[in-house]
Amino acid sequence: MSIRAYMRKPLYDSRDENSIITVMARKGMLDYGSKGCMDTNDSLRVASLWHSMHAISQQLSPTTGCSEIELLEANTFDLHCFQSLTGTKFFVVCKLGTRHMEALLKVVYKLYIDYVLKNPFYEMKMPIRCEVFDINLTQTVQKDRVALLGR
Amino acid sequence: MIGTGKIKQYANVLDKPLGKGKQEVSLSAFAFLFSELVQYNQTQVDNISELETRLEDAGYAVGARVLELLCHRDKGNRRETRLLGILSFVHSTVWKVLFGKVADSLEKGTEHEDEYMISEKELLVNRFISIPKDMGTFHCGAFVAGIVKGVLENAGFPAVVTAHFVPVEGQQRPRTTILIKFAEEVLRREARLG
Repeated sequence: MSIRAYMRKPLYDSRDENSIITVMARKGMLDYGSKGCMDTNDSLRVASLWHSMHAISQQLSPTTGCSEIELLEANTFDLHCFQSLTGTKFFVVCKLGTRHMEALLKVVYKLYIDYVLKNPFYEMKMPIRCEVFDINLTQTVQKDRVALLGR
Repeated sequence: MIGTGKIKQYANVLDKPLGKGKQEVSLSAFAFLFSELVQYNQTQVDNISELETRLEDAGYAVGARVLELLCHRDKGNRRETRLLGILSFVHSTVWKVLFGKVADSLEKGTEHEDEYMISEKELLVNRFISIPKDMGTFHCGAFVAGIVKGVLENAGFPAVVTAHFVPVEGQQRPRTTILIKFAEEVLRREARLG
């Protein structure tokens, strides 16, 4: 399996503890197309692995000033990652060659700020159990799916 | 000199006309503030009905003030004496000022004479809030119910106001209904007035 990672120059210097939000792995959701669904434990494991890799990538870079891994291409899947200004990371695992994932991640980020952070019953850094967030997320993915793949 | 406009200087600050003020407030700012209000009250109470009561009290204060302001600004100091008058005032004017649009509908209850319902597809205060399953029938719209109660009681129409979720078929999110139950004296007075 070959893995190529793309790194990007930073916008700022983040020193604080980062939290990871996994878009797809969290729920084992049918609508997200299927096979890649993980349960909570697995997704937590993946998230913490990813967080460490992300942090290491900054030292791995041959040039100075790398902030994050943006894209990970493997043989059978792509992993796109988006880091907000506060260091919260969103990543999505998708089929090889799926386009517009960065746009999707930005939309998810917007949904996160709206329906999770403004929810008084959400405790920071806990798994997200917000109904409105889920509903909107499903709608976004469906819409995207129809737009990209026509189904 | 550039900048000296023709602003009329009032000798007495009380003579200055009351402006309409800024019509818009950032929705995000309000959402965060409201979220903090709910979280703060959660730490102070032991159970859900107390939390609802607290939100209602907060809304009551808002309602009382909104009534005074709107009576002066929008209605030219006219006082509503009839039931339907005050209800349509709440349904259109108050809602328009607070939420930017009139409420979806105003209905009279079929089972009891003293019940009226204002319903909305989704209350503005609830837009970003998802109630966790273990909180049962808790409704953050208790705040809005408090506002309505504040307006009604201070206008001379004492009532018990509550907010409820009404599930709708074919939609994931239930509708919200504000149920207004007027006190006996209001109905008696209304009957007397004919």
